[in-house]
Amino acid sequence: MKDIYIARSSAVASRILDGEIVIMSATDSTLYSLSEVATVIWQSADGRTPLSDIVESRICAEFDVTPEAAFRDAEAFVEDLADHGILHVSNRPIPQTEPEIELTVGSRFAETA
Amino acid sequence: MSLMQELNRKALRLGVPLSVHLDITYRCNERCEHCYLDHDDHGEMTADEIGALLRDLAEAGVFFLVISGGEPLVRRDCFEVIQQARTLGFNVKLKTNAVLVREKEARRLRALGVEQVQVSLYSHRADVHDAITKLPGSLNRTLAGIRRMREAGLKVTLANVLMRSNFADHVGVRELSAELGAHYTLDPTITPMMDGGRSVLQYRLLSDDLRAVFRDPDLVGDAESFCAPPPPVDDEIREGLPCSAGHTACYISPYGDVYPCVQFPLACGNVRRDTFLDIWKNSPQLAEVRSIRGKDLTTCSSCSHLGTCTRCPGLAYIEGDMRGSSSADCEKSFVRTGIPTAGMLAQSSAGHPRRPAPGLVQIQSL
Repeated sequence: MKDIYIARSSAVASRILDGEIVIMSATDSTLYSLSEVATVIWQSADGRTPLSDIVESRICAEFDVTPEAAFRDAEAFVEDLADHGILHVSNRPIPQTEPEIELTVGSRFAETA
Repeated sequence: MSLMQELNRKALRLGVPLSVHLDITYRCNERCEHCYLDHDDHGEMTADEIGALLRDLAEAGVFFLVISGGEPLVRRDCFEVIQQARTLGFNVKLKTNAVLVREKEARRLRALGVEQVQVSLYSHRADVHDAITKLPGSLNRTLAGIRRMREAGLKVTLANVLMRSNFADHVGVRELSAELGAHYTLDPTITPMMDGGRSVLQYRLLSDDLRAVFRDPDLVGDAESFCAPPPPVDDEIREGLPCSAGHTACYISPYGDVYPCVQFPLACGNVRRDTFLDIWKNSPQLAEVRSIRGKDLTTCSSCSHLGTCTRCPGLAYIEGDMRGSSSADCEKSFVRTGIPTAGMLAQSSAGHPRRPAPGLVQIQSL
């Protein structure tokens, strides 16, 4: 597997609601809702951790899937998000030029209601 | 169902305030004749206070954040506030008159990932626009600001508030928006002042002009369908919510006061005294707003327009009863369809228009 590094674009907004992440791109104002597996990849997209490590340590550890199939699906997923401009993909670590967006879980109301 | 509808449905089910409108100042460099605000500073929240509030809002699940004013850019720390909001992952929409937007500001807004900027534009003619804003040269400065933002790659929406003095100019503003590559939106609603003053209502469109707007396919799309008689009222409509105010959305003033909506001056708490989440969860005022269904409306529950009317509970509240009718929306429904509303018939049989509650004072700090 070749090393791929992924980083969240600073041009997106995101919030975790009820365990699922919603993303809106400032570029085209498109709203995305990610599946559970995709949410794990998105949360791990720090620009420093290779995609193969994310797949091995987060996806294969938590979901019943082979590393080869998981990496293939993950590659397709990150390329799709990159095409929409909401994820940066590179074969080198990606330095953050803007303050990294915190992934705030908007669930305090639901937890305490 | 669209993803946005699904998101709103989920927020409603969870009780999450998905959208918040935050005014960071009421100060402004313009003095628009129809404006509902008192522009003096009565003790705005500091950047630190706003930062703490933003963190609370993010934890409460707020995703869509409108930053507005007054003119938000008159605050020197406006960009600090926007940066904090973006770092916390909010989708940020900025409302500004763009007078203070130079290249540097435009580039910064773009770099911060502001999703959209909304600018009020009253006319394509400087004499008309500047007479409304009471700031000489404001149209040229606003247009220059819009062009800089467009060049920086920002999405811009022109909000064309229509009044008697600029009604004839909406065609020119639409053409201008196309030339600028900006989205165009029209609003024929003039609301009473926040202190309850109704003098600004003199600027509202005349019924004939409003009728012309509602029959213009360029503005409403399929005018025949838009102006069609309302469909029969069914149980789904009677059990429906009046709007998202207080359910998945709310408004916060520069002084930290929380309201169901910017047009709904029912004070529900203050974030300087209680946390936002405490107010959102425990405010008796918000609980009352949330309890209201279509069937509970005193006059409108029996109105044939119930399912299609744009009835604003905030405007009804300003008129004295949050469960009552809003005369501005009654007029819109009537002008649109030619069918009188229950609110109009009730007023007509009473022989006089409903008056605001005696001593009702609109938005003020708690």
